[in-house]
Amino acid sequence: MTTTVDVDQTAPGRDPAAKPSAPAPRAARRRRFNFTPYAMLAPAAILFLVFMAAPIVYTLILSLQKTEVQGLGLGSGARKTVFAGLSNYAAAFSDPDFLASAGRVGLYGLILVPAMLVLALVFALLLDSKRTRLAGFSRVVIFLPYAVPAVISSLLWGFLYLPSVSPFVDLANALNLPSPDVLSQGTVIFAIANIALWGGVGFNMVVMYTALKAIPTDLYEAARLDGASEIRVALAIKIPIILPSLIMTAIFSLIATLQVFAEPTTLKPLTNSISSTYTPLMKVYRDAFIRNDVNSASATSIIIAVTIFALSFVFLRVVQRRAFQEENS
Amino acid sequence: MRRTIRAAIGAGVLAAALVMTGCSSSGSSSSNDGSLGTADKPVKLTFWGWAPNMDKVVDTWNSTHKNIQVTYVKTDAGDPAVTKLLTAIKAGSGAPDLMQAEYQKIPTLVSADAIIDIKKDVSDTTTSKFSDGVLSSVTLGSDALYGIPQDSGPMMFYYRADIFKKLGLSVPTTWAEYADAAKKVHEADPKNYLGTFSSADAGEFAGLTQQAGASWWGSDKDSWSVDIDSAATKKVASFWGGLVEDGVIDNQPQYTPEWNKGLAAGTQVGWVSAVWAPGVLAGNAPKTAGKWKMAPLPQWTAGEQATGNWGGSAVAVTSQSKNVKAAVQFNTWLNTSKTAVSQMVTDGGLYPADTVDSKEALATGNGFFKNQPDFYTQAAKIAETVKPFTYGPNVNVAYSAFNDQFGKAAQAKSQQAFLDAAAQMQKITVADLKNSGFTVK
Repeated sequence: MTTTVDVDQTAPGRDPAAKPSAPAPRAARRRRFNFTPYAMLAPAAILFLVFMAAPIVYTLILSLQKTEVQGLGLGSGARKTVFAGLSNYAAAFSDPDFLASAGRVGLYGLILVPAMLVLALVFALLLDSKRTRLAGFSRVVIFLPYAVPAVISSLLWGFLYLPSVSPFVDLANALNLPSPDVLSQGTVIFAIANIALWGGVGFNMVVMYTALKAIPTDLYEAARLDGASEIRVALAIKIPIILPSLIMTAIFSLIATLQVFAEPTTLKPLTNSISSTYTPLMKVYRDAFIRNDVNSASATSIIIAVTIFALSFVFLRVVQRRAFQEENS
Repeated sequence: MRRTIRAAIGAGVLAAALVMTGCSSSGSSSSNDGSLGTADKPVKLTFWGWAPNMDKVVDTWNSTHKNIQVTYVKTDAGDPAVTKLLTAIKAGSGAPDLMQAEYQKIPTLVSADAIIDIKKDVSDTTTSKFSDGVLSSVTLGSDALYGIPQDSGPMMFYYRADIFKKLGLSVPTTWAEYADAAKKVHEADPKNYLGTFSSADAGEFAGLTQQAGASWWGSDKDSWSVDIDSAATKKVASFWGGLVEDGVIDNQPQYTPEWNKGLAAGTQVGWVSAVWAPGVLAGNAPKTAGKWKMAPLPQWTAGEQATGNWGGSAVAVTSQSKNVKAAVQFNTWLNTSKTAVSQMVTDGGLYPADTVDSKEALATGNGFFKNQPDFYTQAAKIAETVKPFTYGPNVNVAYSAFNDQFGKAAQAKSQQAFLDAAAQMQKITVADLKNSGFTVK
């Protein structure tokens, strides 16, 4: 991002590391200090420092502190902030609710990510197929839920899940079919995944579809001349070529999964099955805003951020060699 | 491509961290009493609240008090409002001068140094208008005064008189009779319930245990005690747990589209609620007007007269107010003047804590309960039977533990799970106090 800033070719000190102790460039630098690269860097650097680095450092500091109370804790001056070491982290790791929420999100990811990618890929391939009619219309319809904010879609689905206001239950009753309680303990995770799936498939499909459109058509012609069927073309040509897009959507889905918050939070008041620590981010919210304990919320945030980073990194490491062979060679 | 992905991941991770980073800095501004303003140069106050039609009451003040002009900001009710205030307090600016605060939140707000003691600016005539029970919620048993009471929520029992008549049921006066009636209602039509145990409403459960004689917190000179898992709470928990286990009352939370529909459709035949229930019923089930009736809460022992409190608020002055004197003057008018209190009854449907100045307005009864013209006369009698109850500095923690633990128990539909939930609540609440450094006995 920064290395492409091309300034005066003759400007000294473009590569200070190359000759760190050479006296000549140093003299030159003193004569003509060039502000231009720094000026051009400044907006990005300042924004990064103020809105990225500073909050992260501040969160780290908060996570190492705790509030202590004197006496009954009433009135001003009854509270003070003290250094807490790693006790907030220790508390988070030994909190059964947090561990349970992490496990729940793991299961949620196992349900959601594969379902999301498979559906998105199938839709993208269908839309890309020459024989599909109404492709433009279908594309818009599949994409549309992505434009609905998660809170709104959760409310919509919440109404559809509640037995006495749900048209599905009415329909099931009319047909004498059993109507399962989707918000019960065992099934609520699918109910939440369904909302995320409904909202997310369209976006991932468009990413994959765009990648499919970029494939040169002569590849298909060649395949057809060799007698390959549509399915064979999809499996042997299309999917391998759009693999980088698949990996990218997988990582985005993975991150979105670990950050799941809006859907369960919106559904929570409608059911007994969703606790205030149902997902890790909900625990962060509860600690910060219901328990007024920013310190433990900060520690949990850091744990979540590091976990997401680590998982994404490991995932990339595992798949990158295969996926990006062509580009890297 | 590869770099893009890396950058995107980096951005994602950082964004995640960012989202969770609340800004906070401590230190409240030194409050300045300030003048009372003049018509040319009025003092400007901000007031956060959510009571229905409060803006109209504020308009009345503004048109008659040119020297103090109040801007009313309608916030979300309850927890979100407290969160918003505490965030503003931590940020060092952005808090209003006055804030509507539910009684159970006052210890939390005092403890966070968000609201101040206004005792020296409030006369004894003002405080004498409130019952001792209500006043104790704003003094916290000390010499201080952390707010002026606005409304109260003595608990009562509401039932569909028409359905009771059809089934030949009499109004339950004891909880044993309530259980009996619940069974009959559900047997007559399996879709119907006399009520539901709502894991979303900790305040309701707290009020029910209050009736049974519980007081979840207590304090002496410098230590708190927690008595959530007391005999009284166990009695209430096991009663409702038993009803849920037998399936004679519903186990789904209140205030959901499902529950609203139940009220309107007549599948929720009764509601253990408080004096403000008519507003909720009128909003959710307007067509059932005239079909409901109110009675005192069923009792644990026949002939007893006791109830608890669910809801009700005071108005407090925040620690960021620069015009404390003006704020207190408005606050006093708002909650203890005949004009304001009457308007709160007629426009807002509130049941004012100041029962002296509201008598006249309350005498006309409640529009939704035309079939019960003495609604407020009865309510006033019930309000006198509210048992004492002390809230502690971590009500938020206890209530959120209630939501989680009793949510699980309601889902499990087992009486034992209800008792376990009460024990868990006690454990979580004590652990939180100790963790914050409070001395707990």
